[in-house]
Amino acid sequence: MSNNIIEIKNLNISYSSNVLSVKNVNANIIKNEITAIMGPSGCGKSTLLRAINRMHDLYNNIKVDGQIFLNGTDIMKMQAIDVRRKIGMVFQRPNPFPNMSIAENVLAGYTLNGLHLNKHEKAEIIERCLKSVGLWEEVKDVQTKKGTFLSGGQQQRLCIARALALQPEVLLMDEPTSALDPIATARIEELLLELKKDVSIIIVTHNMGQAKRIAYNSMFMYLGELIEYGDTQKLFNNPMHEQTKSYLAGHVG
Amino acid sequence: MYNIFSKNQSFKTLLNISAGIIPLVCSGILLALVLNSFNAFSEFGFFNFLSSKEWNQSPNNESYGALPFISGTLLTTALALVLCIPLSLSVALFNGEYYKGKTISNVLNTIVDLLAGIPSVIYGLWGFYVLRPVVMSLGLSSQGSGILVASVVLAIMIVPYAASLSAEFIKLVPKEYKESAYSMGATRFEVIRYVIFPMASSGIFSSFILAMGRALGETMTVTMLIGNTNQMPQSLLDTGNTLASIVANQFGEADGLKLSSLFALALLLFIITAITNLIGKIIIKKKSISK
Repeated sequence: MSNNIIEIKNLNISYSSNVLSVKNVNANIIKNEITAIMGPSGCGKSTLLRAINRMHDLYNNIKVDGQIFLNGTDIMKMQAIDVRRKIGMVFQRPNPFPNMSIAENVLAGYTLNGLHLNKHEKAEIIERCLKSVGLWEEVKDVQTKKGTFLSGGQQQRLCIARALALQPEVLLMDEPTSALDPIATARIEELLLELKKDVSIIIVTHNMGQAKRIAYNSMFMYLGELIEYGDTQKLFNNPMHEQTKSYLAGHVG
Repeated sequence: MYNIFSKNQSFKTLLNISAGIIPLVCSGILLALVLNSFNAFSEFGFFNFLSSKEWNQSPNNESYGALPFISGTLLTTALALVLCIPLSLSVALFNGEYYKGKTISNVLNTIVDLLAGIPSVIYGLWGFYVLRPVVMSLGLSSQGSGILVASVVLAIMIVPYAASLSAEFIKLVPKEYKESAYSMGATRFEVIRYVIFPMASSGIFSSFILAMGRALGETMTVTMLIGNTNQMPQSLLDTGNTLASIVANQFGEADGLKLSSLFALALLLFIITAITNLIGKIIIKKKSISK
């Protein structure tokens, strides 16, 4: 049994007929670790990330070619809905549903999938998920308030709790701290290091320090290509490629 | 120098005058309605006039009341709204979500706009010579005309207003919320039900309020189709009159107390539509501020 939760094989993604945004990417993601995807704007890192839970299916113009295996099963051959229940996602800007309370936001995954829970199950999920993101003590008395009433950092932790509620195997994060201040960012990073024992995390980040602090492995992408991928410390201390070197030195991006 | 200043100044004065004309005209209309209806209200009493079912035009025994026409107006409007809701929501979802930005949505949108631009007399003519015979051949009523036919045509007429505004509010629901719902495994139907509709609800509601405002005051079509009788309607297949249609029907040969009563009906219609539109606009404004 391999240690990889996700294996990406020959992945190509294009937005328009002759321009590839992701070019022939091959990569294995290790289970219960944090993997970072770095690179300058427009290098295809978000595009790569969104392929892993089939988000590109929502847009007709995007073509995805290749294979992505989740525990050995090709997700391209699964129902997109099943893939997304197993692979959660947290977005760049905190986006708790403004029409739902804090508690309802945590349960949104169940509501949206038409899964019915009894009162006891609901309370248990809410408490477990809010505790796992360190939000329980802060919001347990205001659960019925709207999620948008929280601070940005709290909102983002609520969104992580919402994604965790469905107990996904993988959590995809698209620059989850880029809209947050340094203190809120530090809390999220701490949280991710705790969460990785339960869920494998893939995080797109603009923040090189962030990758260095929390990621076990890191990818460096440039113009749609995966230039370099491996142990984070090695990639930062001893990059093998010129492009990686100049990006890390701040010359690109 | 002097010349430029004076041109600038006189342009500003012209603007001020033009802008001032609008509220002046509006209050002028309201004033005329109030002054001319004064006779009727003082003769019958305000609440008596509202609740009376009589519309007796015989010279020695004149008695006028608004209830049959208020009922006619509310019945046609309510029925038209009920009929227009499913159709408008479907069109709004088609244009605002499923085929947003696609050619087919643009085509449908153009047709919907076209529908809004058709003069109401054409709707009336179509209703009278196409829809009315259908109602008659189905055996629903002998004369065909009545509240039902008027409401059906009215429903079609207000679809453009409800649908295009609703579509705008559906489009306004940010992509990040929809994607977030999809990322948890929701289907499109679930996203519409749990994210799009709740987030666009007050906007959709206000677009139906504005459509209702159109239905309340629509005159020509209703006058041609409702059958123009002055009794209380007993069923939806009955003939009747709305506030707008009775005024349109009888203003030419009315004088004295009857004319004043028609003005009173017009004043009621003015107030009802003004309040309806105001409510709709307030909701829209609140919605766009909270965005």
